[in-house]
Amino acid sequence: MTTITTPKPAPAKEVEKDASMVKQKEMMAAHYDRLTAAPQTGEKVASTFVPGNLNELIMCFDLVNNLPEVNAIQSGLRRQSGAYVLEAEKIGHSEDVCTYVKSDIGMMAKGNLAPNGKRFPDPDVLLLSYTGCFTFMKWFELLREQYKCETIMLHTPYMGDGKITKNMIEYMVKQLKEEVIPKLERISGVKFDIDRLREYLKKSVTAEDDLVRVLQSAKAQPSPIDAYFGGIYYIGPIFGAFRGTDDAIEYYKFLRAEVEQRLAEGKGPVTPDGDMGKEKYRLVVEGPPNYTNFRQFWKMFYDEGAVVVASSYTKVGGVYDLGFRHDPSKPLETLAEYCLGVYTNRNLPMRIDMLANYVKDYEADGLLINSIKSCNSFSAGQLLIMREVEKRTGKPAAFVESDLVDPRYFSAANIKNRLESYFQMIEQKRAGARAAA
Amino acid sequence: MATSLNGSACATIVARAQALFDDLSFGAARQWKAAGENRKVIGYMPIYVPREIIHAAGFLPLGIVGGGDQLEVIHGDAYYQSYICRIPRSTIELGVSGRLDFVDGMLFPSICDVIRNLSGMWKMMFPNVYVRYFDVPQNYRDDIGGNYYISELAELRHDLEKLRGRPISDDELRRSIGVYNDNRRLIRDLYALRARSPWQAPAAEVYLVLRAGLVLPVEEHSQMIRDYLAATAEHERPRRDNCRVVVTGVFCEQPPLSLIKSLELAGCYVVDDDLLLITRWLTSDVPAEGDPLRNLALAFLHQSESTAAKYEPNLKEKGQHLVRAVRRSGAEGVIFACPSFCDPALLERPMLQHVLKDAEIPYIAFKYAENSGQMQPIREQAGTFSDSIKLWSGR
Repeated sequence: MTTITTPKPAPAKEVEKDASMVKQKEMMAAHYDRLTAAPQTGEKVASTFVPGNLNELIMCFDLVNNLPEVNAIQSGLRRQSGAYVLEAEKIGHSEDVCTYVKSDIGMMAKGNLAPNGKRFPDPDVLLLSYTGCFTFMKWFELLREQYKCETIMLHTPYMGDGKITKNMIEYMVKQLKEEVIPKLERISGVKFDIDRLREYLKKSVTAEDDLVRVLQSAKAQPSPIDAYFGGIYYIGPIFGAFRGTDDAIEYYKFLRAEVEQRLAEGKGPVTPDGDMGKEKYRLVVEGPPNYTNFRQFWKMFYDEGAVVVASSYTKVGGVYDLGFRHDPSKPLETLAEYCLGVYTNRNLPMRIDMLANYVKDYEADGLLINSIKSCNSFSAGQLLIMREVEKRTGKPAAFVESDLVDPRYFSAANIKNRLESYFQMIEQKRAGARAAA
Repeated sequence: MATSLNGSACATIVARAQALFDDLSFGAARQWKAAGENRKVIGYMPIYVPREIIHAAGFLPLGIVGGGDQLEVIHGDAYYQSYICRIPRSTIELGVSGRLDFVDGMLFPSICDVIRNLSGMWKMMFPNVYVRYFDVPQNYRDDIGGNYYISELAELRHDLEKLRGRPISDDELRRSIGVYNDNRRLIRDLYALRARSPWQAPAAEVYLVLRAGLVLPVEEHSQMIRDYLAATAEHERPRRDNCRVVVTGVFCEQPPLSLIKSLELAGCYVVDDDLLLITRWLTSDVPAEGDPLRNLALAFLHQSESTAAKYEPNLKEKGQHLVRAVRRSGAEGVIFACPSFCDPALLERPMLQHVLKDAEIPYIAFKYAENSGQMQPIREQAGTFSDSIKLWSGR
């Protein structure tokens, strides 16, 4: 009789964590502890969105910043979101809509537990930063229905013509002055101090400078960072509850030093399996990652020596590598500009320009689009983006499909197959170019 | 249709409206353009743009709501993944197949991310066409959202003046406001007639008459509505033992005409809906004196319909527009008919359903696409709904 034995998987490598990783883990843990302790400490909680995250303003009112998108990501990474999504669909939410929303709604229905195992507090206010995504409006209307708490709309106009106009800034500043700030004052009981905001904004600039240095280190060959999978960790503090804090400054200082060290040593990026081997393919990636199978997805890249040198998703909570910095000298105007400039608030031609420039500036082999089934903001138009970037750069593009946090839409075999074909295509083009030379 | 209309005035009007509906090359709009010097056509997508400004420029506003079930989408599918709704792909099909080659401009209102991104795609695919993403305020204070919106309207006016080659005067704008006020009043009358006597104004006929307004000059459309209102009074049509429903979710990608007919065949008179909302978006007359842009802006802020794409700042008010629509039209239930993958309709739906539950208004829900061909499941669902209302509502 033939016996089939399955080899045991190799034990996971012990990977030494960098100081920045340790720092970030501490920051996130402390933040969730602070958030879940709010009912006991009496701190008030504001929920808001990553694109248009006015963390500096929220801090002016001593509010604790809760980001439902980040919570959904955490649920995805911890493989809990699948059950949450199903729960939301059971109670009437369509299978067609955003899985961040469904993960959040499902999580609430199943106990509303944070990553530290404690209950999330009910928010005291929903700061509906309506920036770059239609779904945000409905998400917070749904949460408002659930929590019956005050909701403050801050409408960021869309850059339909590819530029920020005086009318847009005036509209946003007026909303901040006459709606957002007075309501936050009332809810928090804290008087707004514009100098306090300026101080936070100054700190933001320091962190932003270091983040950009980190992101742009990927222009080197080999790139010392992965600007997509690794990038998710790098953007955490600045897109989350830490922009404007000393913690964020320290984190990005550590991170920049680590990356510069790797650059000096000619090292590639850190991966969950240790340092990546030889860099064979350099890619620009458009679209959010899948979180439920994040490591599995990442492994498909680094196992092939593929590194992501630039990505659009690492700009979803703010675009800093094109020159924008928060400007403490015009605090409200700068908050408006920040909101207007986030990646998904830019029109399609702007997004194409950004991606095509990344391919050229980072000397990438091509563009990969990870199209997310439940995110129309990113996904609608990506096929045109793909063809246009190919046309402009002469480099091949590839297209894979998955979802944010619904594991039913991640087909590993399918994606791996496409990636392998894509890498083969790049090799063939290189061979062709060599032969022509 | 409800009854044989051979030879009647109604039949003639409905046949004309049907012909306009079927014409995917927009012959009527082309004829209008060819009939005069320097005429221009400005297309717009759902839900709302201020057609008055287009009209004041002497241009024809042309409503584009996708290609429907008669348009085979070949090229359009190359632009979208399978999990995006059909209206953008059929709209692109209309564009790349040359059916919109006479259109001088396209307006893409803020309704959802798909239409929003389509505005950028259109800019790239048709660089010689004037394209504008038309944003509307989600803040309803006169001095905040109002001022922002007045500036947006002024920019649109300025852009159309450039296309026209001369200014659009305030008087021209006021006259256009007056003309569209007339049109909206007539549409309100039409909807009131249907709510009172739905057998006299079947939903499919009303839809065709309404839809004609997207392709005809507004003056001609107003006359068509007057003629239809008069014609429906000519003879009494048979009444069915149907229940009365409000249909909601149909404000962007349109259901096939066969779906609308199927609802009534299955036992549900449609007595109110959110089809083609632009035709009655502003719920009462816009003042035709004074500053026309300011009047249009204030009308948007304070006299406009509620829909998923518009933020409702008051939690208690959320969904009440639907309850009021039910009460006003004497409806007995609500049908949620949402296009597949439609973020606004599908994300909104659970909240509206909770409000209806609290108001003890029964509802059902299904999804469709603009090219849905299989109506049997819808007839069964609507038929069962109608039966359940008749059996258990105590009527």
